[in-house]
Amino acid sequence: MTSAALRSGAWKLLEMVTTPLLPSDYLDLVSPLRAGAELRGRIEAVHPETGDAATVVIKPGRGWRGHTAGQYVRIGVDVDGVRLWRAYSITSPTDRKDGRVTITVKAIPDGKVSNHLVRSAEPGTLIQLDQPTGDFVLPQAKPAKVLYLTAGSGITPVMGMLRDTEFDDVVMVHCAPQPQDVIFRNELHDLVADKKLRLTEVHTDTDGILDIARLDELVPDWAEREAWACGPAGLLDAAEEHWAEHGVQERLHTERFRPSIVVAGSGGEVTFSATGKTVDADGATPLLDIGEEAGVLMPSGCRMGICYGCITPLRAGAVRDLRTGEITQAEPGVLIQTCVSAAAGPCDIER
Amino acid sequence: MTAIDPTAHLTAEQIEELGHELDAIRDEVIASRGEKDAAYIRKVISAQRKLELVSRGVLLFSIFPPAWLIGTAGLSVAKIMDNMEIGHNVLHGQWDWMRDPKVHSTTWEWDHVSPSEQWKHSHNELHHTYTNVIGKDNDLGYGIMRVDEDQKWHPFHLGQPLWNFINACFFEYGIAAYDLELGKNLHKRRRKNPEFRARAKAVGRKIRKQVIKDYVIHPLLSGPSFLTTLAATFTANLVRNIWSHSVIMCGHFPEGVQVFERRSIKGETRGQWYLRQMMGSANISGSRAMHFMTGNLSHQIEHHLFPDLPSNRYAEVAVKVRALFEKYELEYVTGPLPKQVFSAWRKVFRLSLPNRTPKVKTPDREQELVAA
Repeated sequence: MTSAALRSGAWKLLEMVTTPLLPSDYLDLVSPLRAGAELRGRIEAVHPETGDAATVVIKPGRGWRGHTAGQYVRIGVDVDGVRLWRAYSITSPTDRKDGRVTITVKAIPDGKVSNHLVRSAEPGTLIQLDQPTGDFVLPQAKPAKVLYLTAGSGITPVMGMLRDTEFDDVVMVHCAPQPQDVIFRNELHDLVADKKLRLTEVHTDTDGILDIARLDELVPDWAEREAWACGPAGLLDAAEEHWAEHGVQERLHTERFRPSIVVAGSGGEVTFSATGKTVDADGATPLLDIGEEAGVLMPSGCRMGICYGCITPLRAGAVRDLRTGEITQAEPGVLIQTCVSAAAGPCDIER
Repeated sequence: MTAIDPTAHLTAEQIEELGHELDAIRDEVIASRGEKDAAYIRKVISAQRKLELVSRGVLLFSIFPPAWLIGTAGLSVAKIMDNMEIGHNVLHGQWDWMRDPKVHSTTWEWDHVSPSEQWKHSHNELHHTYTNVIGKDNDLGYGIMRVDEDQKWHPFHLGQPLWNFINACFFEYGIAAYDLELGKNLHKRRRKNPEFRARAKAVGRKIRKQVIKDYVIHPLLSGPSFLTTLAATFTANLVRNIWSHSVIMCGHFPEGVQVFERRSIKGETRGQWYLRQMMGSANISGSRAMHFMTGNLSHQIEHHLFPDLPSNRYAEVAVKVRALFEKYELEYVTGPLPKQVFSAWRKVFRLSLPNRTPKVKTPDREQELVAA
């Protein structure tokens, strides 16, 4: 018997001991961050950066595969008892000695997760983690000249890059409403003092929104630089246009944060993505009925919202609970009761 | 179907108003569900796992009588917690709102021989939708007992006190057979139905796993304590079965609980549905520990009104529900566990015999008023 076979045999025996639970259900009680566990992390500290931004220090579980500077990680945080998933850029360097990673979060108005992380996250709390991902990263070969163009919390992936890899010639143009809103301001100014960075701060409250044409004046050789830009869509759109106009679009790398903005309406186009059917729905008919009328095989039960026999993943869009009026937006892992939910705008049901 | 309908004094408008008032109670809890509730269920789950782990650990030395006693008591409680406050309620979707895939009605499996998927269908869907409707809700006597005067008597019913006792001892198997609709499906033609066969196979798999765990693996792990551990696990299962059977009997069987005719639910409004749940369920009064050990099914009335609200909130909901019972002059059937169990058992005995008085035809309104 090979050791692998022996191990799997032992595991099967252990499963017989713990059935109907799994051995991991018990191991999670004592060691939730162990190797082989579902990937989790533990919040170890939360450091304020500005009035509305904070850096969260996370000890990832043993299964963490490490990240590349500029990447982001999806985290699942329980806010008011509900698990919500969001993506945040990693701001720590890849070679941090203690193996911790940091994300830096800016509280956005009405943002459930961001406000929770900035204002009320407690050290010691377990969170869910995905492996880091994203292709907003530095190339293998070092470019001679670098430009970072950022605005607001768009600085976070770039900070991960700045802390991770040193270049000979780096320029950064960063936009924020006021000086005190610049995240990592002290650290940036230290880099400037050490001559590791040339920095231009654009304070939009006084200077107005950055006109991309001003780059010629702020960074005369911008077109020769390998550029990484991250910030609001307006800035990135302008940058892409500008780089394309000058025929150097291959030097520009952009990262867009996509906040899921769903405008909840009443009724909309419903897509049943597994069957490939699309139908129009009003805002008062249960999605179960809509699906059945369209010939989609829908799981069903009591048809009055009590048995949970009809729950189905909501892949995109929003639905309204016909009993309470409550709006539910699509997020990974969100299931809805189709018998008491109606379309609140276009939505996609996994059926 | 008592001769006098205890809800006859309510007008259609009042019944709808009652429905709105109950909806408001539900909305209030939903709006205030949060971190404290999530912490509660996680704490209960973690406590259950630790208790089971420790009890099974102690039973490795069950050859020593004190270890046997402690281990058996601990395991009994752990199994009751698993089935009642955790399993039953998680499988109702009471905790789905947390969006934690590990505490979710679609992924939960319990220490029970009925696979959760099948139980959800027969319990959540059939029993909770058609509560106490004769011919639709098989929980009324589980298809083996006569629990209402209006059910036809058959000589088979003479043995029902015995059937009920056996069912209590092996309750989890009774439930599995019930979820499978075994009686109905044992006919030759139905036995071959592939859908039934698949479900029967799933039950077989679940039984095998549970039995091997309780009666082979853990006794074997105990070495010299093999036999005593075997006896301990058997005892714990017996205690759990009798306990849950007793609690569940108290939910719908005690005197004062109404049953309904199939035709009475045709075109039922939301208000009428609520009213049927109110009149078809009974509570158990007692301490917080009692509520916990019954999985809050001691608040059966509240649970039937709002089967998907988190169980830890039923106690506060009960105060408001009871006020509505008073407002609408309805009887809130409740009592301590021994009284309710006795009442349910007495009914089982009484109805094992044919009706003593010849059944009068349902009286018309005038007769009712005279009787009142």
